[in-house]
Amino acid sequence: MIKTIEELRNLAADYKKALGHEKMKILVCAGTGCMSSGSLKIYEALKKIVTEKGLYVDIDLIKEGKKGGVNVSPSGCHGFCEMGPLVRIEPQGYLYVKVQEEDAQEIVENTVEKGEVVERLLFKNPETGQTYETSKSIPFYGKQNRLVLEHCGTINPESIKEYIALGGYQTLADVFEMSPEKVCQTILKAELRGRGGGGFPAGIKWDSVRKEKADQKYVVCNGDEGDPGAFMDRSIMEGDPHRVIEGMIIAGYASGATKGYIYVRAEYPLAVKRLKTAIEQAREFGLLGKNILGTGFDFDIKINKGAGAFVCGEGSALTASIEGNRGMPRTRPPRTVQKGLFQKPTVLNNVETFANVPLIISKGVDWYLKIGTKGNPGTKAFALTGNIVNTGLIEVPMGTTLREVIYDIGGGIPGGKKLKAVQIGGPSGGCLTPEHLDLPMDFDSLKSVGAMIGSGGLVVMDEDTCMVEVARFFMDFTQKESCGKCVPCREGTKRMLEILEKIVAGEGTMEDIETLEILAETVKDGSLCGLGKTASNPVLTTLKYFRDEYIAHVKEKVCPAGVCKAFKSYCIDPELCKGCGKCSRVCPNSAITGKIKNPFKIDKEKCINCGACANACPFNAVKEG
Amino acid sequence: MAVMVKDYKRSFKKVNEIIESYGRNPVELVSILQEIQEEYRYLPEEILNYIATAMGISPSKVFGVATFYENFSLEPKGKYIIKVCDGTACHVKNSMDLLNALQKKLKLKDGQKTTKDMMFTLETASCLGACGLAPVMVINEEVYGKVTPEKAEKIIDEIMKREGNSDDKNN
Ligand SMILES: Cc1cc2nc3c(=O)[nH]c(=O)nc-3n(C[C@H](O)[C@H](O)[C@H](O)COP(=O)(O)O)c2cc1C
Ligand code: FES
Repeated sequence: MIKTIEELRNLAADYKKALGHEKMKILVCAGTGCMSSGSLKIYEALKKIVTEKGLYVDIDLIKEGKKGGVNVSPSGCHGFCEMGPLVRIEPQGYLYVKVQEEDAQEIVENTVEKGEVVERLLFKNPETGQTYETSKSIPFYGKQNRLVLEHCGTINPESIKEYIALGGYQTLADVFEMSPEKVCQTILKAELRGRGGGGFPAGIKWDSVRKEKADQKYVVCNGDEGDPGAFMDRSIMEGDPHRVIEGMIIAGYASGATKGYIYVRAEYPLAVKRLKTAIEQAREFGLLGKNILGTGFDFDIKINKGAGAFVCGEGSALTASIEGNRGMPRTRPPRTVQKGLFQKPTVLNNVETFANVPLIISKGVDWYLKIGTKGNPGTKAFALTGNIVNTGLIEVPMGTTLREVIYDIGGGIPGGKKLKAVQIGGPSGGCLTPEHLDLPMDFDSLKSVGAMIGSGGLVVMDEDTCMVEVARFFMDFTQKESCGKCVPCREGTKRMLEILEKIVAGEGTMEDIETLEILAETVKDGSLCGLGKTASNPVLTTLKYFRDEYIAHVKEKVCPAGVCKAFKSYCIDPELCKGCGKCSRVCPNSAITGKIKNPFKIDKEKCINCGACANACPFNAVKEG
Repeated sequence: MAVMVKDYKRSFKKVNEIIESYGRNPVELVSILQEIQEEYRYLPEEILNYIATAMGISPSKVFGVATFYENFSLEPKGKYIIKVCDGTACHVKNSMDLLNALQKKLKLKDGQKTTKDMMFTLETASCLGACGLAPVMVINEEVYGKVTPEKAEKIIDEIMKREGNSDDKNN
């Protein structure tokens, strides 16, 4: 239990000194991605070997007097999930990719004991064959500016001591020496804008809540991250949970709130676990609870798990869910800052927004304002997925162009294909086209072209993507997730989906396209909450940039990208078929029959044109025609 | 460990414990239902009614909440809940082929989600947050990345073997 600010500062100095005695640190990624490919076994193997050799140290062992040695630690997500499991060696910065349990011995013998790199585990550019020793030298990392994600992948997220050693909770100590008003002013001056989608200035929210008079105020952290294709918040909660907690305590102090809630998606069990551990540790250290650091300020945090409703990401639906109700949004005003959770003044911010706070206060407003563009300072984390060479989590200054993100960091489109579109902001966002490659990505610029940053999901689509099908896919999502409270959204999304389904099934008419457009505008104007208001965005942007494709489906009855199943049929080329039977095993409708080692046949009557056989065939014997 | 489904009828002891642990506070309804579902793998109707009485709230409120959220099921679920991701990134990487293959492997008819022996429930999810490894599938809490239809079948085979279950007992 730390009792005073002074004590915390001394402890930090102690821990920092202790960390300095670690000669080397082996960080094994323990994010959701790498864990699913077995990274914990690698961690255990490495730790066992290092311990057996008598080299293992950690902060506690050093405090007991052990000097020098090697630390092995699990870490949060490094962002390069596709290459996992990842192992990183500090201070050299070596990055080993696709590591297996069997590689542990070699890593310890060569890298730890002899200081040599294990060549075969280095990242190799699949196109050029070039290998990269350190993570910084890989363009995927080199072009990023990891500030909010600085600890993701470099510290043990389950160790509060490491966080403190690296300056964690020091900002909180500094904040306690400022007045709440001054803290709000700092966030205002830094022009921190909400990272959850809307881009609303966080300082205004904080200051409004501060000025409200109430017996109880709340801080709520939105970790619902429902946009499919987005995992920035997950990575922060898993990789650096203390930073989110520190940001929330600061928000509490600044606004006069004494209770915090973190609402996490049910699909993120690891994030819940890491946050729970972090909260317990913070309580043990006296950083949460009553009379924090002897300042007289009380603050505690509770975690609420979502139960699978996208709309609960919306502020008023989220608070309804915490209150034990159906998670349905309500009309505003009153605003959340006046009557939020339990009808009390509430600061509601996104995970990444809170994670920015310690950085701003510790490094200063002037420093922060220099990053990003005017009116959009700081960085933004994006989840880069889809048809792109490097999928993963990235962080770049606001205003970085799409071109830099896709080609420099993302490594371009695989297979020499052309870029067709980028869906930004998930089902509520819009699509960008190659003509937007040089558009700076920040709140205002994106808004000017009808898209939005949303939470930061970037799904890259190549020339083989059908944009009508993409619009249908997103509408299917929003239609299912509409809570049903308001008519335009409940009925409108359903009708739009029906029209889109009709078009991809080859049964659309020109009139349908017109109706679709009218509906889209109506739903946008008439819906109660952001879900409905933005549900039309994928339809409207694809209609704007890819109208030809809609018309081709309707008039010429073709899908220009060759995706929509209605316009396809499949047959097996008997010359190429080796009779392995894979196609018949994957066929969902048992339409393929044959004898092993003899050519198989597709029954046209039964075939539903799903194309599963074509994807499964190792010999390219399934032909479309 | 999950309690056998029929056991709940004998006593509401476990339910009471869960309600008590949340101080009978109606605000905690979602969390209470989550814990009950963890215990029974679904929300039996009798229990929902019981919760309403025990907590002094209306059954319509309890059912309203239980039916609002996707994760709650009023029907029994299998011991292994398979979630195939159909989020954007996974969809682009043919996650529907994976779903079809699993449906076939588990001999699930159209609209049927749970196998007759109550071993498997097959569902889709929108984004499991592991998009870098698309297509992704989760069985209970275990995440599997870059899953091909063949790989998925193998995983199911292993579970069936572990459970002492052969393929044909499944329908
Ligand atoms: C349908 C819908 C879903 C949303 N989902 C999220 C979400 O998953 N995470 C999030 O932080 N904000 C989400 N938002 C935005 C929130 O309503 C709110 O603006 C945000 O959490 C405020 O925090 P910020 O100002 O720090 O961004 C969603 C909004 C809508 C309308
Ligand atoms: S889209 Fe499948 S994990 Fe994100």
